[in-house]
Amino acid sequence: MDTVKRYFRSPAAVIGLILLLLVIAMAVSAGFFYPRDPLALAGRPLVWPFSNPRFLLGTDNSGRDIAAQIFYGARISLLIGGVATVIAILIGILVGAFAGYYGGWVDNVLMRITEAFQTLPNFVLLLVLVAVFGSTLTTVTIAVGVVSWPAPARLTRAEFLSLRNREFVQAGKTLGMKDLQLILGEILPNALPPVIVYASVVMAVAILLESALAFLRLSDPNVASWGNLIGLGRDVLRVQWYVSAIPGIAILVTVLAVSLVGQGLNDALNPRLKSR
Amino acid sequence: MSETVLSLDALTVRLPKGADRPHALSDVSLSVASNEILCVVGESGSGKSMMANAIMRLLPNEVGIERGRMMFDGRDLCAADPAEMREVRGAGIAMIFQEPMTALNPLRTIGDQIGEMFAIHTGLPKAEINARVLALLEDVRIPDPKAAAKAYPHELSGGQRQRAMIAMALALDPKLLIADEPTTALDVTTQAQILKLIRDLQQRKKTAVLFITHDFGVVAEIADRVVVMQHGAIVEQGAADTVLNDPQHAYTRQLIAAVPPLTAPPPRILSGKDILTIDGVSKTYRTGGFLGRGARVTEAVKNVSLRLPRGATLGIVGESGSGKSTLARCIVRLIDPDSGSIVLSGKDWAKLGREEIRRETRHIQMVFQDPFASLNPRRKAAELVAQGPIVHGTERTTAIAEARQLFELVGLDPSAGDRFPHEFSGGQRQRIGLARALALKPDVLVADEPVSALDVSVQAQVLKLLAGLRQQLGLSIIFITHDLRVAAQICDLVAVMKDGAVVEQGLTAEVFGRPQHPYTQALLSAIPGGDFTRKRDALIA
Amino acid sequence: MRILSLAGRRLAASIPTLFLILIGVFLLLQLAPGDTVDALMAQMGGGDAATAQQLRKFYGLDLSVPAQLGNYLWHLVRLDLGFSSIYGKPVATVILERLPPTILLMTASLSFAFFFGLVFGVIAARGVNRWPDTLISTLGLVFYATPSFWFGLMAIVVFSVYLQWLPSGGFQDIGTVQTGIRGVLDIAAHLVLPTLTLGLIFLAIYLRIMRASMLEVLNLDFVRTARAKGLDETHVITRHVLRNALLPMVTLIGLQAGTMLGGSVVVESVFSLPGLGRLAYESVVQRDLNTLLGIVFVSALLVIVVNFVVDLLYARLDPRIAAEG
Repeated sequence: MDTVKRYFRSPAAVIGLILLLLVIAMAVSAGFFYPRDPLALAGRPLVWPFSNPRFLLGTDNSGRDIAAQIFYGARISLLIGGVATVIAILIGILVGAFAGYYGGWVDNVLMRITEAFQTLPNFVLLLVLVAVFGSTLTTVTIAVGVVSWPAPARLTRAEFLSLRNREFVQAGKTLGMKDLQLILGEILPNALPPVIVYASVVMAVAILLESALAFLRLSDPNVASWGNLIGLGRDVLRVQWYVSAIPGIAILVTVLAVSLVGQGLNDALNPRLKSR
Repeated sequence: MSETVLSLDALTVRLPKGADRPHALSDVSLSVASNEILCVVGESGSGKSMMANAIMRLLPNEVGIERGRMMFDGRDLCAADPAEMREVRGAGIAMIFQEPMTALNPLRTIGDQIGEMFAIHTGLPKAEINARVLALLEDVRIPDPKAAAKAYPHELSGGQRQRAMIAMALALDPKLLIADEPTTALDVTTQAQILKLIRDLQQRKKTAVLFITHDFGVVAEIADRVVVMQHGAIVEQGAADTVLNDPQHAYTRQLIAAVPPLTAPPPRILSGKDILTIDGVSKTYRTGGFLGRGARVTEAVKNVSLRLPRGATLGIVGESGSGKSTLARCIVRLIDPDSGSIVLSGKDWAKLGREEIRRETRHIQMVFQDPFASLNPRRKAAELVAQGPIVHGTERTTAIAEARQLFELVGLDPSAGDRFPHEFSGGQRQRIGLARALALKPDVLVADEPVSALDVSVQAQVLKLLAGLRQQLGLSIIFITHDLRVAAQICDLVAVMKDGAVVEQGLTAEVFGRPQHPYTQALLSAIPGGDFTRKRDALIA
Repeated sequence: MRILSLAGRRLAASIPTLFLILIGVFLLLQLAPGDTVDALMAQMGGGDAATAQQLRKFYGLDLSVPAQLGNYLWHLVRLDLGFSSIYGKPVATVILERLPPTILLMTASLSFAFFFGLVFGVIAARGVNRWPDTLISTLGLVFYATPSFWFGLMAIVVFSVYLQWLPSGGFQDIGTVQTGIRGVLDIAAHLVLPTLTLGLIFLAIYLRIMRASMLEVLNLDFVRTARAKGLDETHVITRHVLRNALLPMVTLIGLQAGTMLGGSVVVESVFSLPGLGRLAYESVVQRDLNTLLGIVFVSALLVIVVNFVVDLLYARLDPRIAAEG
């Protein structure tokens, strides 16, 4: 309860939460406001925003409603960001927990693999994965998750390393607990808060990664994604720059909202560090 | 003739809203004269360190001086502007701190950091500064001053670092030296040396010293006059002899009484049967090293043999790095010993496998040092105590009910079981830790510095509880401590460890009364305030 | 010397990592639909099965996967990255041609982000929770949330289309190839927007880390010692806080090297820079798997080299490292 109270004491965290709820609301209500396929032809191409009440945010080069694409794009960004984050955090916790708890050769092997993933630029790996497995919504989501796990793994490992020698874990050992009991019952609950906070960073990066991929036309072309729209608008950038500008703002707001919520959570969970 | 160097007049320091009390210091008046050591004594939270920071005007932003005066060198420091304060700091008033490791910048050499004093306050040329730094390091009797000047803090030992801090503080012959618990983080023999050094330098340079400590032993050792503080106010002050021997205020009396006596109580009759025999246990660490190069070998425990008679308490005493904690962890098999045997009720504990250890562990339990770190912050107190029995197959509800009974046994309210560890005080948490260990009804309890993190008065209560439980439950205890006073109070037998080996062992009264090994003798004579307590003990006896 | 041998040992330890990456990606690429020959045939406008068979034999693609891997690694040891059928040149040559713009871009972005991140971080920490801090921290958050390719596009709209101050893309003017100082200025002008675009997100990260690290160090005991010596606040910062606070920043350079290289893929595409990142993109689109594998190798190598330099730098800054041995 204190945590909730502390969270709402920070204006930035509240703004972040409102923005995030707004984006979620857009994603949920997309079908209600725009029952038609957002990628279907809707009207004249390249209508400027606010010039035609039918297309509040104008239309793109092929005459599709930009506003509809923004609403449906919220779905895609949140979906890919959310699922990829869950994948990355789960792999990260699994790898980090075992490496940190057991140390020795387990740690050595797992950290070598993590290092390999970190040495290879994550966007380059993403390109390789997309080149191999193609660019459907599912493969892109999994690929983004797979390139994002090393950082949470390192974080979890660091937490486990410092916690496993803490006296309460040693006490658990002297009580006769099994390794799994110690990992799940004693260490993990204490290691989790920073990892959960870090999930917001993973999600922000995941959304950015997907949009960059879509911008390069390497993401799923059959869904309304903000990145796709920006890539499309590039062809008419010199005059109709709004086609690229509007979805970019949507990405910015979403990533900002996720970061603010993460930061708010961090401050609420670590009250002593609040002034930092 | 000594003149007053600093006088505080009704100094009051306000704490921010939401603190446990409105004022860190209320109406504190005292004075320090040249060539005297004034000890400010109090337990944690008494406001003594806040006073040091207030004098230096180095209080945190949200804490402010509300009223009062601090007269130093003819001016009121409360009214001094930042530039004036900077002139006073270092040159007029210098300060040394508790933890010499963190008080020095890890990225700059010792010589550089001492020399900075001259660079700030004087216009001396570089060569002259270097010469002065060397002279200062010689003054504080650091071995090889030239090398020390070029060393980084992590390359020196704790005692050497504190010497360097003292050299830095005394660089410009300040009129006043504020020493904030300067020996608390040090081993007892090092502490004795540093106290002697401060005393010597102070007498030679006629410096006024404001010495902050929580330890009446240190007071007895070094103080000319004493100020006793409680909850931010002075409760008693006077000449050291008077306060120590004829304390007026109840709180002072309580603090002095809580200093454990040095002489052991009359020995109890010990059982002829040993419950635990440790024979030739060794543990060696190999650290670092890549392909065999640069590997360092530390013999943490060297061929240790000990016996613990049933129902007795065996103290293992030694300074940090003596291997006593490693030995304790070997005994409960948190660490696997390299060789030797640890026989508990006929079973060689050192040779049991992982699975067996898990099953047998209820016969031998451990109490840890840090009451903050030893309890999982996310579990309720009753759950923490019930954990052990649950692991060993007791049903959950039964275990929780039994846990509540244990609370009573260790002097806690049974209803406290629903609270989380952070809602308890340090002493109470240590009681929870004790209850957790006792929940498995062990035969042997290994206690690793169980009272070191507690204030003196709380220490006495926990020790009393432990002694009572030993009697009531027929426990045999291995008691690890660095504090010889604590060992003298509770242990029937003691073993003195140095560099991983036991140098002397026997009945407590004999070892402490007629120490044979030079190291034991050094340890005993290094205890601060030893003479004072021995005299007092004699009076009581 | 100890520092050098220490960093050298870490460098040696990264060789297995490099092989792990190569083997992993090599095996991964076997799963890709179509191989180099398919891509080549597609480019030639189709061909019969017999030609394809011959070509496969020529490129050693008819062998078993382990044999191909062995072949590849054996060539690699001799610094031979294979042949790019799309570019009709050895992969090593193609990559070497594309390397300079990327390295230039990364160095410029890193310097930009590091320098301004440091300055803004210090300013924010000095005035913590007051308006300069609020402003800088907010900007940092916004920069962090800005997709780099979008920022690049908007920068082109503003600075190239409307204001016409800077070129909108390319590495140098194609029409009039200039030499000497004017050539350098020309390249510099072309790199301003890409540098800003790539550096922005790292600026945000660095300033945040610098601010947090400054605040942390300011709370340490030795800062109190420095103040108790009578040092004024500016000197406390410059002589005691800064160097300690820099340590996490330096670590971050190493950790972020890969991310930055990844970011250059997008930025080079936006500004049509003929760099490694754009090559990576092109080879994915054109299914030039040999080149893609070469890029994986070279970018991993780049990251390892950056980390080696960071190790050296760190050891220079922190005497405790050398002592660990």
